[in-house]
Amino acid sequence: MAYALQQLINGLTLGAMYGLIAIGYTMVYGIIGMINFAHGDIFMVSAFIAITAFTLLAAADVTSIPLALTFVLIVAIFFTSAYGWAVERTAYRPLRGSTRLAPLISAIGMSIFLQNAVQLTQGARVKPIPPVIEGGVVLWDAPGFTVQIGWSQLLIIVTTVVLMIAFTWMITQTPFGRQQRACEQDRTMASLLGVNVDRTISFTFMLGAALAAVAGVMVTVYYGVVDFFIGFLAGIKAFTAAVLGGIGSLPGAMLGGLLIGLIEAFWAAYLWAEYKDVATFGILCLVLMLRPSGLLGRPEVEKV
Amino acid sequence: MSAVVFAHHGLTPAERLRDAGWIAFVALILGVPLIGLTTVDVGGRLAVDTRFGLLAMAVIAAFGGRLLMRWSLDHLGARKLARQRAATDSGAGRAQQVVNVLGWLALGASVALPLAFSDNRYVVDTATTVLIYVMLGWGLNVVVGLAGLLDLGYVAFYAVGAYSYALLSTQYGWGFWEALPVSGALAAAFGILLGYPILRLRGDYLAIVTLGFGEIIRVILVNWTEFSGGPNGISSIPRPSFFGLEFTRNAPEDGHSFASFFGLEFSAMHRLIFLYYLILVLALLTHVFVSRLRKLPVGRAWEALREDEIACKAMGMNTTNIKLSAFAIGAMLGGFAGVFFAARQGFISPESFTFSESAIILAIVVLGGMGSQMGVVLAATLLVLIPEFGRNFAEYRMLLFGMAMVLIMVWRPGGLLAHREPTLRLSADGKAAKGGA
Repeated sequence: MAYALQQLINGLTLGAMYGLIAIGYTMVYGIIGMINFAHGDIFMVSAFIAITAFTLLAAADVTSIPLALTFVLIVAIFFTSAYGWAVERTAYRPLRGSTRLAPLISAIGMSIFLQNAVQLTQGARVKPIPPVIEGGVVLWDAPGFTVQIGWSQLLIIVTTVVLMIAFTWMITQTPFGRQQRACEQDRTMASLLGVNVDRTISFTFMLGAALAAVAGVMVTVYYGVVDFFIGFLAGIKAFTAAVLGGIGSLPGAMLGGLLIGLIEAFWAAYLWAEYKDVATFGILCLVLMLRPSGLLGRPEVEKV
Repeated sequence: MSAVVFAHHGLTPAERLRDAGWIAFVALILGVPLIGLTTVDVGGRLAVDTRFGLLAMAVIAAFGGRLLMRWSLDHLGARKLARQRAATDSGAGRAQQVVNVLGWLALGASVALPLAFSDNRYVVDTATTVLIYVMLGWGLNVVVGLAGLLDLGYVAFYAVGAYSYALLSTQYGWGFWEALPVSGALAAAFGILLGYPILRLRGDYLAIVTLGFGEIIRVILVNWTEFSGGPNGISSIPRPSFFGLEFTRNAPEDGHSFASFFGLEFSAMHRLIFLYYLILVLALLTHVFVSRLRKLPVGRAWEALREDEIACKAMGMNTTNIKLSAFAIGAMLGGFAGVFFAARQGFISPESFTFSESAIILAIVVLGGMGSQMGVVLAATLLVLIPEFGRNFAEYRMLLFGMAMVLIMVWRPGGLLAHREPTLRLSADGKAAKGGA
């Protein structure tokens, strides 16, 4: 029981990170209907930015953890959004309005490019940093097993919840959110009604990248190691999460992320850790067989 | 595609400079965290290192590059505009003829290649790799280019083919030619296995499930050590023989080796050249097979499905069978390529069947122009040769590869040889409908 509770906490932490990345996929898909394959690598870039920023702070003898985290978050969000913007501008915008597969291929190319660019400029080796946040609270001192939630885990879960609330508010209440939803429904009509579609799409990419940046900082804090290859797997898992929840749906992405995190944690704990990816994809297949548009997705109605 | 003609007004030098300055500024922002700063390991701890000189060079390069690009784009654009105004709508028929001629030329060249380079191991090897990718591309073209089903896990079938030949030959002593059809059938069965549950899915849902399928196969191959040898893979896979004649230095006691039978001096190149011709024949068979299929009802049904699934259903076509047949045939061709791959390498491991391989095969199909057979050849040649030429500056080659993928796509969104017209036309001069899908 205690062990299960611990896995629940670990799974939620993992799921929160997947969810943050998945939102980027889902928003981009919702607005221009393409899989942004480079999103996982944007996340990886942000983790590298976080590593550099933390090292800089350590060199400058900043010891206050909240100050350091805020600084790193701001830096990572700024630079990563710039990357999100640049990727959209160079690789996707010229292809808007062409076939559906063209942006997918240029996204894959972009992903290869980013991975290798980081490998070249930052080195291929794993980068470790000393733990930023240590310790935690003991929740339950069961005989033989202590359930504890680390401060970093708490931080991840709380940040994700806060971001989700802020995000939902932004999409439903603010002018930008309205424009974004308008572009999602009908880009031509939105542009006729005075919405700057290009800017909205750019901003969507930047927002997605910003969330990936938060996830990148959290991963750095939580695991303490980063290499240039983390983007691939995280990206695929997050994309799976987005599809599982119903692509295009924000709560769906979060739900999908949490589910995948939990499945992975429990599968690895109780069954075979090597096969946890098989479990993730297997469950995805099952869910999609029963609900072809994901858990919270609206079924696509096609009118002839 | 209707041509929208934008009137270009000449940019003033000031505007050009401002534009390039803006790009340089973006390059600066993007460059600071990756180029300008880096972390290095100093005595077990990371320390920040700065490379502002390099950053400055990158920014200047961005500035100059933008100026040059803008300038050449404007010039090319003006020339293209002039050409468009001058030329009448001559178009598609001629282009198709040119492609056909090119196809025959390429065929001639590929037949003659090993004769011209019979002592150059590297060229023959690279050409064989190109042909493997051509074959894979043609196989995936059935699924993606003709049937319009996005498959991101094609490498799974390649793996099934390769592993089934490897296991059949090393465990049960099967020969290449016996194992070839069986492995193909096995791959086709896997295609149906994958295709069946996901018939209802469309577009990107399909993409992620196929991607997941590819990963599942790979993870199983890595972890099921008793079956597949795990990450170590399977080694000493027997090579195909030339109608029973082995390519060995010394003839076996009761017969001949290839060299002794033909009275040739033994040379390691014989096998390479044989393998080259083998894959050439396999690829050509694939090509003939696929182009014949396109003219059969099932091929027409694939193209119809690609253009409009609802219309297909309304016409009473059985979309289940159409999709499954596309998956099965695509998978089978992938399986054949896998068998050849295993036989050529003599060693396989899950390393060769990662997602990036799927991505490259898909890129070949899309870069070539979906559904275009010649386009696949062109794209496969390009994508194999770019990293090969890049070997001189080894660590940059994948960087160049990714960049080339983006640039080619941006330059020609429809693929190098865009050929998305239905094979069947209403009338000789009727405009072919082009689906948006």
